[in-house]
Amino acid sequence: MLRYTIRRLGQLAIVLAVLSVLLFAWLRSLPGGPVSALLGNRATPESRARLVERLGLDEPLYVQYWNFLQRAASGDFGVSTGVQRGTPALQVFLQRMPATLELSALALLLAVVVGIPLGYLAARRRGSWLDNISITWSLVGVAVPVFFLAFLLKYIFAIELGLLPVSGRQEAGINATEVTGFYILDGILTREWDAAWDAFLHLILPAIALSTIPFAVIFRITRAAVLDVAEEDYVRTARAKGLTAMVIRGRHILRNAMLPVVTTIGLQTGALLSGAVLTEQVFNIAGLGQALSLGFQRQDFAVLQVVIIAAAMVYVLVNLIVDLAYAAIDPRLRTR
Amino acid sequence: MVPSTQRKERIDALSQTSSGSDAGVSLAASAWRRLRRNPVFLVGASIIGAFVLLALSSPLLAQHDPALRLLEDQVSRAQNEIPPPQPDFPLGGDQYGRPLLSRLLLGSQQTLLVAVLATVIGLGGGMTLGILAGAFGGWVDTLVMRVVDVLLSVPSLLLAVSIGALFVQQSQFTVILAVAIVQVPIFGRLLRGTMLAQRASDHVLAARALGVKERSVVFRHMLPNALGPVIVQSTLGLAVAIIDAAALSFLGLGAADTSVPEWGQMLGSAQNFFDTHPQLAFWPAGCIILVALGFTLVGESLRDALDPKNRR
Repeated sequence: MLRYTIRRLGQLAIVLAVLSVLLFAWLRSLPGGPVSALLGNRATPESRARLVERLGLDEPLYVQYWNFLQRAASGDFGVSTGVQRGTPALQVFLQRMPATLELSALALLLAVVVGIPLGYLAARRRGSWLDNISITWSLVGVAVPVFFLAFLLKYIFAIELGLLPVSGRQEAGINATEVTGFYILDGILTREWDAAWDAFLHLILPAIALSTIPFAVIFRITRAAVLDVAEEDYVRTARAKGLTAMVIRGRHILRNAMLPVVTTIGLQTGALLSGAVLTEQVFNIAGLGQALSLGFQRQDFAVLQVVIIAAAMVYVLVNLIVDLAYAAIDPRLRTR
Repeated sequence: MVPSTQRKERIDALSQTSSGSDAGVSLAASAWRRLRRNPVFLVGASIIGAFVLLALSSPLLAQHDPALRLLEDQVSRAQNEIPPPQPDFPLGGDQYGRPLLSRLLLGSQQTLLVAVLATVIGLGGGMTLGILAGAFGGWVDTLVMRVVDVLLSVPSLLLAVSIGALFVQQSQFTVILAVAIVQVPIFGRLLRGTMLAQRASDHVLAARALGVKERSVVFRHMLPNALGPVIVQSTLGLAVAIIDAAALSFLGLGAADTSVPEWGQMLGSAQNFFDTHPQLAFWPAGCIILVALGFTLVGESLRDALDPKNRR
């Protein structure tokens, strides 16, 4: 188990290293670049040259990369040139991370809380109307572009019916104390219940929009897994031993069916960030997704580097943890 | 083994579907028998059939040139007005006064083109990688799979945006390319898994024992058996391509010249008018959802039909 963990960590390091080199080279081959974004097209060649030198963009690529690594080791990831001009990129990342995490966590929670029970029930009552409706819903859900669904929800519930806030993370009138940057958590910590409730209301629509694809995937995997497991020999043995239905369902079927579902949840972390880019755009939430789309528009290397590498790192780490948990549960996997 | 062994196993599990058939009926024949009776497949196939038919006949159906701003006099930026439905223009016009119905009808062609081209390019790249890795094994396999792993560890939309952002001249083709590259690692993994499963199978061993050339073992004995899962993934990929292309347009990538209409691009550009004129987004979105659903239904029903577990 320990050897397996070390090997996996080694592979993870290699993938991230390769990714950072590729990302670095790719960003610098983009047309335009931060100099044009900062100075516009009417800048004099002299001022352009000065800025290129100041940003170190005239060095050979490998030197630039080495400098980047050296500074990164001390926590300096460069300065944002477009998203929040003049702010250190790391600070931009840290400021915006809570918004995206809060949104993604709520969306994932929603997908899990609805998807797993529904998947279980659909499998138990295969072919029933509940099964058919859920399957249809999950198929249609995947076919709807996320940003269109977000617009639709915003239009119906916020603009037409006025039930929920239209955009942002919190009403301007609320002067909430910021502790962690997670607004709901902050409100609870400081006992400002209004602020927490308001932040929650702002998250409902974006979270629903963001949860559709993870929901569809989790639901389908759960359903398939429960159907598979229910036919296993050990379930028949458990029935033959005369165990109660409760024990069979809980301990034998559900527990084993949860393995692939947990994996799927890990894999959804990547999809969540893709979806967050679109959802944050529609609901105007100042999160990482918005930083990414702004970063691309304004050629902000520093911010893009930090956010993309962090995203890949989170994704790879989550899936490593899932794999390790898996190996811990299922002894057959350890020999690999 | 970095993006989660299980994910690989999921993709690899697909590749198991087409190996081992000895029921006396070919897998394709028995799959087709089951497909014909499957309502999911019939609905999906009808949608796609109608879509392809529409794409082929749209030049005859469209009354107006989609690039002409025929109703420009009814557009007012200040009043936030766009042309309403009227005789001769059943759906009114878009934000430039161009005929919406004709744009929708003709948009089916470009949309089909985007989906098919992106999937074909993605499949071509993935096939090359997968065949290399699966057929040679060893260090080629390790190298190719590491590249695939890196690509898989970046969220797909970010990857697409990254590719799309490389081009100074944005066009429909840059979107197609961006969407295609996202599909490459998925097809690569899938084909590698299938090829590896095939390498140890009896018919390949038999062919080798009879002294069949390595190249024809790969192309005549291994590849045909890998087709099932590839067809499933391609069908699902067509749906993903249309939706991803729309997302890229929404984020501001893609064709600057919109005289040739495409649904994803129409939906993306309708975002600024959503609060006041949602119909601009509804029509293309409805078309996209329907077509994506069609491809998804066909893909899922094919997956069921090709699953050896369902053979009777």
